[in-house]
Amino acid sequence: MSAAEQHIPGVFTGMMAVARRDLLLAWKRPGDVLNPLFFFAMVATLFPLSVGPSIEQLELSGPGVLWVAALLAMLLSLNSLFLTDHEDGSLEQMLVSPLPLSALALGKTIAHWLTSGLPLVLVSPLLAMTFRMPVAVTGVLMLTLLLGTVSLSLLGSIGAALTVGLQRSTALLSLLILPLAMPVLIFGARTVSLAAAGEGVAGGLYFLAAYAVLTLSLAPFAAAAALRISNE
Amino acid sequence: MWNLLHRLASPPHFYRLAAGMIPWFAVSGLLAVAYGAYAGLFIAPPDYQQGDAFRIIYVHVPSAYLSMMAYVIMATGAGIGLIWRMKLAHAVAAAAAPLGAWFTFLALVTGSIWGRPMWGTWWEWGDPRLTSELVMLFLYFGYIALRGAIDDTAKADRASAVLALVGAVNVPIIHFSVEWWSSLHQGPTLIRKGGPAIDSAMLYPLLAMILGFTLLFGALLLRRVRTEVLYRERRTKWVREMILSTPGNNL
Repeated sequence: MSAAEQHIPGVFTGMMAVARRDLLLAWKRPGDVLNPLFFFAMVATLFPLSVGPSIEQLELSGPGVLWVAALLAMLLSLNSLFLTDHEDGSLEQMLVSPLPLSALALGKTIAHWLTSGLPLVLVSPLLAMTFRMPVAVTGVLMLTLLLGTVSLSLLGSIGAALTVGLQRSTALLSLLILPLAMPVLIFGARTVSLAAAGEGVAGGLYFLAAYAVLTLSLAPFAAAAALRISNE
Repeated sequence: MWNLLHRLASPPHFYRLAAGMIPWFAVSGLLAVAYGAYAGLFIAPPDYQQGDAFRIIYVHVPSAYLSMMAYVIMATGAGIGLIWRMKLAHAVAAAAAPLGAWFTFLALVTGSIWGRPMWGTWWEWGDPRLTSELVMLFLYFGYIALRGAIDDTAKADRASAVLALVGAVNVPIIHFSVEWWSSLHQGPTLIRKGGPAIDSAMLYPLLAMILGFTLLFGALLLRRVRTEVLYRERRTKWVREMILSTPGNNL
């Protein structure tokens, strides 16, 4: 018994091991990372095509359009967060693991953010350029996306945990997550709009940071509870 | 105290108790609504600014209040059910959700009808309360859809309870962020609450309507919980005995 106990790794080690495994899996299947990025670019392309190429209109709608596109791209990648692990049984191993499930869920969420949130942040300047966004405003856009996608990944992990193993869960996941994601969208897009209008952005950034901290403190526990319920 | 609570929460006891309570809630609720509707529509003077259009508040305000109240009941039931594994609390949460969604819908429709003569438009994105009420409706839809997607009742109870609690943490944040967002909207000059304090001839019917709506909501909720309990306990002995002892059953 005591020999077995010695093999239990620390909480942080376990969390990082889960994250590293998911990153490795993403590296082996680059399509999973790239497809949401292409989707992001395509949704952002749809808007100028539908509302017309007028420069004033693009400058005005740019922050909102890019934020909506980023939100949808995040949703697209959420569905598979726990799905493959559920299908091949490794999720059950995490459930019976002596490590806290919330830490393992957080590890998976960290990997999800690194493979879906962070790439969106890095690609956003390219799209912002096509919307004639000035460099300073683009910086604010990247900052809001950086903070906002953290919250979206964490909120999404709750939704993904609740819907894992359900049939036709994609639409349901969107229905669950979108109302909860509304504050992130509002503050993200409005803060960029304020920056474009030359007004102060500190308030919006503080809110996004505070919301990221709130979700970081609570979401892993909710996701762990949801995973246990989904797999009982 | 715990004993009493435990007895109250036992399904057969609740089923009988609720049957006795529903008529009281329904009759007193109907009386209050009848008084409120008559006094509000015929006796209360027209508003000096809005004319007769203000009278829609007699439906709008109670609906909007109940849309929030139902969410509080739903989240409380979900929390109690999740923590103490009380089946009746889950049944209350499940029964409160569709009622809450309907009252939210009613509040949105009446608000929109009021907005037409007041703002000149059916829908005004600049009004934070309309927008956050719409998000509220989406939250109810998500809850109901999640319940519908899970076949096993016990699992649906627990999964939807997690969602209701996450939503309850988020509702104040959503409300706050929508207010912040619309305060930056260079909107039209809305007619805001204010001006002279509401006249007692207008106030008493409104209070009666709020009381009446709440009592009717209570009657509907009890009735829904009763049905929910009956369905959940359909394989138990007490339900079987009760149905068999009902005169005129075809079993």
